[in-house]
Amino acid sequence: MIEAKNINFYYGDFHALKNINMAMDINTVTAFIGPSGCGKSTFLRIFNRMNDLIDKTRITGECIVDGENIYDKSIQVDELRKKIGMVFQKPNPFPKSIFENVAYGLRVNDMGDNKMIAQRVEESLKDAALWDEVKDKLKKSAFELSGGQQQRLCIARALAISPSILLMDEPASSLDPISTSKIEELIHNLKKDYTIVIVTHNMQQAARISDMTGFFMMGELVEFSETKKMFLNPEKDETQNYITGRFG
Amino acid sequence: MNKKLSQKIAFMIFRILGIMVVGILFWILGFIIYNGIEVISWEFIFSSPSEGMTEGGIFPAIVGTLSLVMGSMIFAFPLGVMSAIYTNEYAGNSWIVRFIRVMTNNLGSIPSIVFGLFGMALFVNTLGFGDSILAGSLTLGLLVLPLVIRTTEEALKAVPNSYRIGSLALGASKLQTIRKVVLPAAFPNITTGLILSIGRVSGETAPILFTVAAYFLPKLPNGIFDQVMALPYHLYVIVTSGTDIEASRPMAYGTALVLIAIVLIMNILAMIIRGHFNKKLKTN
Amino acid sequence: MKKIKRILERIVESILTVSGAVTSIAILLIIVFLFKEGLGLFNSPSVEKGYSLYVNSKNPVDQLSTIDTKQIFDSELTNWKELGGGNQEIKIFRFDELFNLYSEEELGEEYSLIPEKLGEIIINNPNIVAYLPDEYAPTDVQGVKVLASKNISLIDFFGGKQWMPTSTPSPLFGVLPLILGTLLVSIIAILIALPLGLGVAIYLSELAGERTRKLMKPTIELLAGIPSVVYGFFGLVVLVPIVQNIFGLSVGETAFTGSLILAIMALPTIITVAEDAMRNTPRDMREASLALGASQWQTIYKVVIPYSASGISAAVVLGIGRAIGETMAVLMVTGNAAVMPHSLFESVRTIPATIAAELGEAPAHGPHYQALFLLGCILFIITMIISITAEVISKKQPNKGV
Repeated sequence: MIEAKNINFYYGDFHALKNINMAMDINTVTAFIGPSGCGKSTFLRIFNRMNDLIDKTRITGECIVDGENIYDKSIQVDELRKKIGMVFQKPNPFPKSIFENVAYGLRVNDMGDNKMIAQRVEESLKDAALWDEVKDKLKKSAFELSGGQQQRLCIARALAISPSILLMDEPASSLDPISTSKIEELIHNLKKDYTIVIVTHNMQQAARISDMTGFFMMGELVEFSETKKMFLNPEKDETQNYITGRFG
Repeated sequence: MNKKLSQKIAFMIFRILGIMVVGILFWILGFIIYNGIEVISWEFIFSSPSEGMTEGGIFPAIVGTLSLVMGSMIFAFPLGVMSAIYTNEYAGNSWIVRFIRVMTNNLGSIPSIVFGLFGMALFVNTLGFGDSILAGSLTLGLLVLPLVIRTTEEALKAVPNSYRIGSLALGASKLQTIRKVVLPAAFPNITTGLILSIGRVSGETAPILFTVAAYFLPKLPNGIFDQVMALPYHLYVIVTSGTDIEASRPMAYGTALVLIAIVLIMNILAMIIRGHFNKKLKTN
Repeated sequence: MKKIKRILERIVESILTVSGAVTSIAILLIIVFLFKEGLGLFNSPSVEKGYSLYVNSKNPVDQLSTIDTKQIFDSELTNWKELGGGNQEIKIFRFDELFNLYSEEELGEEYSLIPEKLGEIIINNPNIVAYLPDEYAPTDVQGVKVLASKNISLIDFFGGKQWMPTSTPSPLFGVLPLILGTLLVSIIAILIALPLGLGVAIYLSELAGERTRKLMKPTIELLAGIPSVVYGFFGLVVLVPIVQNIFGLSVGETAFTGSLILAIMALPTIITVAEDAMRNTPRDMREASLALGASQWQTIYKVVIPYSASGISAAVVLGIGRAIGETMAVLMVTGNAAVMPHSLFESVRTIPATIAAELGEAPAHGPHYQALFLLGCILFIITMIISITAEVISKKQPNKGV
């Protein structure tokens, strides 16, 4: 169970997130939609505290994961990030081999010996539906893969350290339609083992793969409900306008 | 004068200037190679000077230069890389970083003779190391420190930020990210900086005039508190003083050739490495 | 286990932080050591340490300036009246002459009678000026007056026209010849290198094809890497005879030769910085000019160069800095006469060359040593100013537009 309570977030003086409250169940897929600049990516990054890396940011409110407020002073940030995986908009594999990319998280977190690592790498690549395509070239550079394959590699890399939550920031926006549908299929399969939060520009994608959807506008969470309901019978006018494409 | 004609003339002048500059390099190189090549022999490289520097070889000077290169790199390389890591990875964009960058730039524009003065005052006199490899290495290390810092910083800057973010998102600490992702990616360019620094240190005379260089030493150095001969100083001395300037001239050409060979090889090596690895980075 | 790792990481990060300060500490140390030693010069007496000048008490003259002292002992000043004294010929007496006048026995055991004898000589010669070591001086003798020795003054140093650090009794530390020598050689060098360098920069940035650039840029980088002493060698063996022959001089080691070699050395700096600046001119600007019918050359001098003016100025400033600070090449090629330069075709001495040439023979912590450190301070300040100027200039980029 993930909960955001009265989250307010500031970039310097700019009030980027205004009093967000939401709760997400485990093993569900939640999509965040909204026009550019509405704060959905910022909100996504709240959950693994990646916003901490940016200068002059400030947050108030609580964010509860597994019963703990992750913004509490006692929380070790790298431990937190082990539990919450992230996949980025543009695939960003390391300049290392395919194997070492997936193994990276295991190595830096001291998770097992070489035998265990090799096993885990294979499992993750299978979970990411990439194993068959790369099993014979694990030592090759990750850059030799296509864009879609690189993104699945990044997913495998995130899965390798067995997070419980997966955050995905527009994971398919830089990919071609075929790769995109592969990724969507992947998300659907991962749902049974992970809790997934995905930011997307693509409303049809949100409608296809998510259980719950949150609509953001200008830093506010305008509406948050079951995906079917949001798209067929939205409560708020703004939601209606956005979905029918009347603006943005 | 119409546009076309003045352009033609202007462009021709510029072309000629370009050729002139290339020509100057070849003139200088040619002069040294042509006159020096006949002096190079096994004996020249591996034996000591004799007969008042008119015969023999320059082995002690080669050894001296090598020890100074090693000494200065031991001092400057780790320190410079660490300093660059601090300013580029940790310090953000505060006034501290800007101040450090200004100081580094200033240090890098100080003339080499001023380093020689400072090195003598601090290392030879105040700290009491005397004319020694230690004093010379520290002085040369200080001279080349800004170069190491600058090239390392550029190497670090060239590493895409997405690598750092990807690593941190996987739960790695900042230091782990630097060790396991940033430094390996920046390694070729850092090495380029190291090689360029070696080339620079090999050719410097002014900083070693009063901190380590000796005119003639019958024996090779025993430890870091000994003086040494050095190639650039040797060249200077046999060209301007010494017992028989005319007769030592062939030795001078040979020394200049060896010195230039070292410097040029280092520079060309650095260019090759830089070119090869940057091509690799670009294809991503 | 995690805790240990974290502690280790904290330690490493502290080390990294400290190493960031290393260049600032270095500059601080350099300033301290250079200025402490150099400024000590103004606390040094102008007469050589351990010696003083003595005259007859009846002589109205109380003090002599450094220049006067030198002129007296060089026999250029010959009469006391020129110094405010009576109309008497100046008689110079140096300490060693004592041994010509008296035998060893007359000077007493362990020379104990020397002060007495010296006193007698001075009393008997009212027109005398004696240069005597303090340990044998007739200090308490009636009729003998010691000339107060002034410390070397700022004017002596910065305004003095003679640099003779080894002359006795008063070494002269006038830096004007050195400053002028440095300026002369450097300015002429830049005057030669600037058009040449700018031209090559324009060629590289605007005219040369990819292949030519790929060949020329490394060439220029290589030129930059050649050691100063090798340039000096080349200058000495090749340029000096050429200059000597073309201009019909008795010696080819002149300021001009120095400028030539410095120009070659400053070229790579000027070319690279200027070329960088020019390449950064936005493509739209160039295309706008061409679209209006301007020729490529017109675009260059009407659009590209004005846009890159700050970068080009920075290039010039950096080139000047390089030229001023050069030591070995200049030392080997300019002839090393530390005199006021009167023409380009005479030997001169620059500041860095002076330090390099004389430091080995200056007794540690003596006035000559201190003067050389002071020269180092001057160099340091000049290059600081140049470095900061270049940075400020290159920051003033014109607005890149929307």
